Amino acid sequence: MNVPIDQYIYLSSLLFCIGVFGVLLRRNAIVVLMCIELMLNAVNLLFVSLSSYMGDASGQIFVFFIMVVAAAEASVGLAILVMVYRNTRSVDIGFLDKLRK
Amino acid sequence: MMDNIPFLIFSFITILTALGTVTARNPVYSVLFLVLTFFALSGHYILLNAQFIAVVNLIVYAGAIMVLFLFVLMLLNLNKDSEAPRPWLWQISAALSAGMLLVVLAGSMREASLYLVKGGPEAGEIGLVKNLGKALFTEFVVPFEISSILFLAAMVGAVMIGKKEKQQA
Repeated sequence: MNVPIDQYIYLSSLLFCIGVFGVLLRRNAIVVLMCIELMLNAVNLLFVSLSSYMGDASGQIFVFFIMVVAAAEASVGLAILVMVYRNTRSVDIGFLDKLRK
Repeated sequence: MMDNIPFLIFSFITILTALGTVTARNPVYSVLFLVLTFFALSGHYILLNAQFIAVVNLIVYAGAIMVLFLFVLMLLNLNKDSEAPRPWLWQISAALSAGMLLVVLAGSMREASLYLVKGGPEAGEIGLVKNLGKALFTEFVVPFEISSILFLAAMVGAVMIGKKEKQQA
């Protein structure tokens, strides 16, 4: 294995930007949450690759904590979405503009 | 050149399935593409000698979080194409914004990393459960305990939010 660190940096940047693209593009709030998971995983990949290349375990511990926070975020976010669906019969993010009015 | 072929294969799968997640019209296909993305990322972690993170990624992300997403999609009966597409101008500007962010991110991080990291991934045993557990329970024991409180709060919050209200106007 002799991959330069640059390639991991490009890969995780690309993955993060695909996530950003999805957040901007999609209307379905559940898919938007999934794109946020994609962005979190791009950061995880960068953390693990730098941790492995520099021989430091802290990066992988950080990834562990990111996973913990992502699990909590997904559970609360999905509960909120279920509640939104119950009240509006839709998960389209375009409907969630009550605070603007 | 020959020994980075696994990296290239996993990168190809990762990017392709990530694009599939974003562009699939049916949300269930998005979830399945995202599961494939997580499998490919676990392959990357194994290539990087981070075995513990690879297994935890599979169990927590592909196993738990994605099943949760799938259950919610099925529960809300959204497993069909019901999403009106954005207008063309919106799609093009979203792609342009993401592409410009990519240029900025890749450019800045490439300049920052050049003097930081040389050589390849460590062949040592950093990524094994033994070493990570030792670090987790000595140096990082306070955040580890706090994360249990975070989980408790998230669980209580999810139950409270998801509870059906009896008297609703």
